[in-house]
Amino acid sequence: MPIPLTPLSCAAALALALLLPQPAAAETILVSNEKDNSITVINGASLQVMRTVPVGQRPRGIALSRDGKQLYICVGDDDRLDVLDLETWRVTRHLPSGSDPELLAVHPDGRRIFVANEDDNLVTVVDAQQGAVITEIPVGVEPEGMGMSPDGRLLVNTSETTNMAHVIDTETHDVIANVLVGARPRAAVWQKDGARVWVSSEIGGTVSVIEAGRWEVTGTIEFRIPGVPREAVQPVGMVFSTDGTRVFVALGPANRVAVVDARTLQVQRYLLVGQRVWNLALSPDGQRVYSTNGVSNDLSVIDVEQERVVRSIPVGRLPWGVVVRP
Amino acid sequence: MLSRRQAFSAVALLAWARFAAPGAAAQTRAGGAVLRIGYLGLLPDRRMPNTFLDPPPQDEGVQGARLGIADNATTGRFTGQEFVLEERLLRDAEAVEPAFRELLAEGIRFVLADLPAPLLLQMADLPEAREVMLLNLGAPEDALRNESCRRNLLHLLPSRGMLADALAQFLASKRWRNLMLAVGPQPGDQLYAEAIRRAARKFGLRIVADKPWTYNPGARRTDTGHMSIAAEAARFTQGAPAYDILVVADEAGDWGDDLAYRTSDPRPVAGTQGMVPTSWARPHEQWGATQLQRRFRARAGRWMLPRDYAAWLGTRALGEAATRARSTDPGAVARQLRDPGFEIAGFKGVPLSFRDWDGQLRQPVLLADARSLVSVSPQPGFQHQFSELDTLGTDRPESRCQFR
Repeated sequence: MPIPLTPLSCAAALALALLLPQPAAAETILVSNEKDNSITVINGASLQVMRTVPVGQRPRGIALSRDGKQLYICVGDDDRLDVLDLETWRVTRHLPSGSDPELLAVHPDGRRIFVANEDDNLVTVVDAQQGAVITEIPVGVEPEGMGMSPDGRLLVNTSETTNMAHVIDTETHDVIANVLVGARPRAAVWQKDGARVWVSSEIGGTVSVIEAGRWEVTGTIEFRIPGVPREAVQPVGMVFSTDGTRVFVALGPANRVAVVDARTLQVQRYLLVGQRVWNLALSPDGQRVYSTNGVSNDLSVIDVEQERVVRSIPVGRLPWGVVVRP
Repeated sequence: MLSRRQAFSAVALLAWARFAAPGAAAQTRAGGAVLRIGYLGLLPDRRMPNTFLDPPPQDEGVQGARLGIADNATTGRFTGQEFVLEERLLRDAEAVEPAFRELLAEGIRFVLADLPAPLLLQMADLPEAREVMLLNLGAPEDALRNESCRRNLLHLLPSRGMLADALAQFLASKRWRNLMLAVGPQPGDQLYAEAIRRAARKFGLRIVADKPWTYNPGARRTDTGHMSIAAEAARFTQGAPAYDILVVADEAGDWGDDLAYRTSDPRPVAGTQGMVPTSWARPHEQWGATQLQRRFRARAGRWMLPRDYAAWLGTRALGEAATRARSTDPGAVARQLRDPGFEIAGFKGVPLSFRDWDGQLRQPVLLADARSLVSVSPQPGFQHQFSELDTLGTDRPESRCQFR
């Protein structure tokens, strides 16, 4: 049912818009909808859905090209990557990915893309320019998270059934270390200084903090939310605040994002978002965190400064990945 | 290909050097540590299937174990651990005990067992089985988790009580409180019905009619056979006190599928047919289950069945215990399995763990029909002081298990 636009509701919308932190430039939020085979495009200034772009089947992991002009999309059921041109909003190319791509990481050289092949126990290295597979790296069962170190020298891949973080040298493509973490590891996210890499464990209900170089778990974060069963706490997506002092952790069916002090590893706060919150992205100006909520089919907007959820935006069915283009 | 594998094994070795705790046991010639797992299965008698749609496979269970071994092997490349499955698939009940002794004589200390309850107990009570752990894949008897429990038994499949509780919680949350129960003649059907009656008492449901199903629909598949079964089902349900749902107890699937749409009142069917409480179902694709379904189908050429899932879980539990213990020494693996903090992931959205009072694996139970997942129990709102999963089956306070 269309809502009549009365002067009052216009005023209310304006007042609400004024309450929201305005991004410096008009950023674009891109969300993959796993069940809808589409990408939802949201204007960061108005927080309105601008368009919905059809892509291949079962889009999950997404990443921007280094120049920010293209979006690489893992379309798992088509066993390939789709390349979406962010000017024309058309899929202009397909790249080989190996079987069932789920998540990907773009190397700082802009040329190599590392892809986790969920049903093949491999990480496939793809040359984005040549459109060719460079090599395949055997890893554990159900490879998932792909964390590229800030300098691009190392890639941390998690394997969901093996329960390990595999550290891959991006030059030699060798696995140089394997770190046992909690059950069903998902995301791997590096600190900006490259000293530690954080790995979330969906079923273990924890986040393991791994010291780079020693490749040992030096800290574990647990989450206790009053009134929420322990089993419902399932950490998945993570993102650091711009200054690196806080980490936002999506907790799946607990429907909350935890705010964690990156130094003390203490949880400071739980923010109620949509249902089954999966992945997170930080706006380029660092003022907002966006979360995809897979069951309620929306995107929550978190104000980083106030640590408050300020808006929810309906997107497609089963929203999965999210990135923000400056 | 060979060169990559060689390069890889060097990497794995290096990785293992970082990973391994000193003192790994059971060295092989290759220098790796090996955990050998036995599989003891008594194949069911071949019989005429109720429907030609799903002919019963002859490798139910063991295919799950083979997939579990493959998954463990992938992990083992990084930890230097190897997993070997020793299969003993038998047609003759008399051959089970010799095969079991043979496995033990080979030094195997963990045996996945797909056996009927009496045979399972017979194996567990052998003197040489004292230091062995049997992982039950096929016997759903609640007695095995209560008065007949054994310290050397772990139960990977849910008991009948857990299945019945899962269904009853769902019916209670739907407020479909009045049940009609149709009970088949087999001993398993009787036990299933008893579990439903117990669950009804536990969750405040009423069984308004409780009737044995005696009609033998032998000629059902002859021409016009559908007419006689429809008439029989209508007669069976006619005049019953007002009920919300018809619950059937027909574990063999001989007649339970023939009641839906044929009852005299329009009522849904659940239990062993219709909407079924089960550990695994074809429509299940949540919490990454799509991955396991695909992996299994690619390997076995058919859909995963509950027994396959139990075998996969058992194999994975052993693999996970060896990884966490950083050892394939049977004592270390067994201690890890029994550790109260030991948990495994099983594509059910929550960690699974063993109850220390009866050796049963805590697990959510799916409620599914042939084409859709309807719900997953425990249902929201059924609270528990320790784990909501313990609202399914025999909880610690009422357990009659005293390990001996």
